[in-house]
Amino acid sequence: MFLASRNFCCRSIRTCQLRTDLLSRSIKHSASATMPFRHKNTRRIEGLDSNVWVEFTKVAADPSIVNLGQGLPDISPPSYVKEELAKAAAIDRLNQYTRGFGHPSLVKALSQVYEQVCGRKINPLTDILVTVGAYGSLFSTIQALIEEGDEVIIIEPFYDCYEPMVKMAGAKPVFIPLRCKNDGNSASSADWVLDPAELANKFNSKTKAIILNTPHNPIGKVFTREELQVIADLCIKHDTLCISDEVYEWLVYKGNKHIKIATLPGMWERTVTIGSAGKTYSVTGWKLGWSIGPEYLIKHLQVVHQNTLYTCPTPLQEALAQAFWIDYKRMDDPDCYFYSLSRELESKRDRMAQLLKEAGLKPVIPDGGYFMIVDVSTLNVDLSDVDEKQPYDYKFVKWMIASKKLSAIPLTAFCGPETKKQFEKYIRFCFIKKDSTLDAAEVILKNWNKQ
Amino acid sequence: VKASNSLSFSLQAKMSRPVQARRLEGIDKNVWVEFVKLAATYSKVNLGQGFPDFPAPDFLTEALTRALSGGNHMLHQYTRAFGHPPLVKVLAQFFEKLLGRDLDPMTNVMVTVGAYQALFCCFQALVDEGDEVIIIEPFFDCYEPMVKMAGGTPVFVPLRPNPPKDGRLMSSADWQLDPAELASKFSERTKAIVLNSPNNPLGKVFSRGELGLIAELCVKHDVLCISDEVYEWLVYDGKQHIRIASLQGMWDRTVIIGSAGKTFSVTGWKVGWVVGPDRLLQHLRTVHQNSVYHCATIAQEAVSQGFQRELTLYGKPESYFVQLPKELQQKRDWLVQSLDAVGMKPIIPEGTYFLVADISQFKSDVPDVPNSDEPYDYRFIKWMVKNKGLAAIPLSAFYSEAHKNNYTNFIRFCFAKEEATLKAANDILQKWKQEKTS
Repeated sequence: MFLASRNFCCRSIRTCQLRTDLLSRSIKHSASATMPFRHKNTRRIEGLDSNVWVEFTKVAADPSIVNLGQGLPDISPPSYVKEELAKAAAIDRLNQYTRGFGHPSLVKALSQVYEQVCGRKINPLTDILVTVGAYGSLFSTIQALIEEGDEVIIIEPFYDCYEPMVKMAGAKPVFIPLRCKNDGNSASSADWVLDPAELANKFNSKTKAIILNTPHNPIGKVFTREELQVIADLCIKHDTLCISDEVYEWLVYKGNKHIKIATLPGMWERTVTIGSAGKTYSVTGWKLGWSIGPEYLIKHLQVVHQNTLYTCPTPLQEALAQAFWIDYKRMDDPDCYFYSLSRELESKRDRMAQLLKEAGLKPVIPDGGYFMIVDVSTLNVDLSDVDEKQPYDYKFVKWMIASKKLSAIPLTAFCGPETKKQFEKYIRFCFIKKDSTLDAAEVILKNWNKQ
Repeated sequence: VKASNSLSFSLQAKMSRPVQARRLEGIDKNVWVEFVKLAATYSKVNLGQGFPDFPAPDFLTEALTRALSGGNHMLHQYTRAFGHPPLVKVLAQFFEKLLGRDLDPMTNVMVTVGAYQALFCCFQALVDEGDEVIIIEPFFDCYEPMVKMAGGTPVFVPLRPNPPKDGRLMSSADWQLDPAELASKFSERTKAIVLNSPNNPLGKVFSRGELGLIAELCVKHDVLCISDEVYEWLVYDGKQHIRIASLQGMWDRTVIIGSAGKTFSVTGWKVGWVVGPDRLLQHLRTVHQNSVYHCATIAQEAVSQGFQRELTLYGKPESYFVQLPKELQQKRDWLVQSLDAVGMKPIIPEGTYFLVADISQFKSDVPDVPNSDEPYDYRFIKWMVKNKGLAAIPLSAFYSEAHKNNYTNFIRFCFAKEEATLKAANDILQKWKQEKTS
């Protein structure tokens, strides 16, 4: 093509020169054999780049907005927890590497606490892996045990990372929604249930695992023993694993009890139970979590861990161990932080629910966790002129942030593609907030209808 | 009927089908598990695993204490997922100076849980099934299993020792790539090459010429470079650490990896980072947000203050980046002397805090066992720690399975140790030598 154009070029010497330059440059390029940059993302992360938090944490970063969106406490962690970190920070050898699968004093403390809770012996070296947050535990578990060809059942709404993690492992997520018992009139998280027949239909020979989250984010449901038994029976029948995300295990409110599915008959051997320092001690920024289960499962998580980040930070693990010893010793005492935090949160829950009702919204009172979902359809806010293709709850939250200076998270962020219509009238509030934050929310909610 | 059904189900409680994912095949072994245990059990002087036994610098531990006592309890909560803003900002400022180009802290920098997780993100983001990744031997042992876990094929190319003719001690500079051999490893399936300079375990600091060779091949074959530069500040004898990303054509195809653990002697804080072009880092961010998402806030806050201090002191004698290599060079020289005096031939490292010694003249105590499945240096190390209380790491640990028997007379020492530790090591070696000669 260049040669051809050269034959036609000589209308002027300058044009000829220009084309000759271009030609010689193109020869130089091909002579050095440089290829165009061909590097794109690997197949395993195809389509996993977007993330609801990136969008909403940016929006809510404006300090004039009352942020009840992202799930992080703005209350202080207990003072003894901060003190233990200060103490650990002063010990020089704690600035260097510790044991890869978990700092010895921490796995020892975890084994004691959970032996108490589960009523069974837990070997700190073989049955526990310490990870970078419960997030890291979910990742290690899924990478260790899930692969292409597997199906993984995810209960909707779900903590949003389950789906991309299952996909990154090459497996297929199979969704099943919690459904509201009273035909949309839900006063409590207990009204949201799985249909046993529908659930049974989701299991087949390819089902490798089901992910359970109790207490549940975002609804706050605390699965009952009977509900867990239904799931357990199916796991045993179909030889399926259970990945049990129990990060909110201590945050259960009066009249409810957190039950570990791993303690049901036949389940210890097929369950990995995940916990979180961030949620236990209100220190989400410490990013420490753990997986507990039988050695023959945990050893594969340990292999993933030794090939991904090898070890977690030492001083934070030591501080966490000491905090656990303090609370382990008072597990029979109501002042134990495991119980006192949930008491503190229960009153915040009740206050939040009251304010929302007074503003004309319909909260679903959670039995556990620190989130509350709210039906906003009662307000009949017309957003049809907002021509974005997003579901109603996304539009509502953006409108609420802009016009009311209050942020929340749209519930469809926690759903698969099929159930958006079912969940788009709900938004999620986080209530692990200090009094002044809730006071500011109160002002907004009380004035809601006055505009 | 219901009761008996549940009883029979619980008898088959354990998973009956293969439970682990195939991506774990062949990557379950790990040298450190065994050697760390041995050192913990037997060693009186541990020059094995690579971490300092001297304290972290005061200014850094003070930064952590300040952050804790400062009353900002939000430092105990999540920070920005791709890196705490003060840290990515100061890293961008620092690396702008070093690379001579503008960097956006939000897109050209990401914080990771140690350099280890940075490596993981690179392989997961950029290496697909069927891709080949060139690894230079000897190598930090995690590169191989990480490539495999990503479905890639490791392709090894060795540094070859060219002993000096004049009888002086070898330097890590005497271990070199054969240019033709290196070129032959590049194929159309080659996705990336992993470069580690300064190199663990040899301590080699790749020269501009050597880096140029690698760069040319990367550009020619459109290959990425994963550049593990965790020991970037630990360079001796006035040598300079050259960043391959600053070479022609390389910025766009290189991910630079760094480590607070090695930079500030706080391996237990597990703060690392990647620096690179957005079009590569965007994929690392995707992996990060789907694996750990956030790194611990307070450690990042303290490290950012450490870098602020170094930014103001850059190039000055009080800079930690000037003082640390000075101290370590002295320690290197002590260890070199100790080893040379007893007949273990040290290869003088140009960088890092590791040193490899040739034990072929020294090894009489530990007989060779022909047809043993264990390389000689593994057996020597185990004997030495059990009988002499001195821990080190066999060089074969840093070779692929296929090449483990190529260099079985070398062991690696870590000299990031207090003077007392190095003196104690010297005493053990001297006593050992005396026992041999008497």
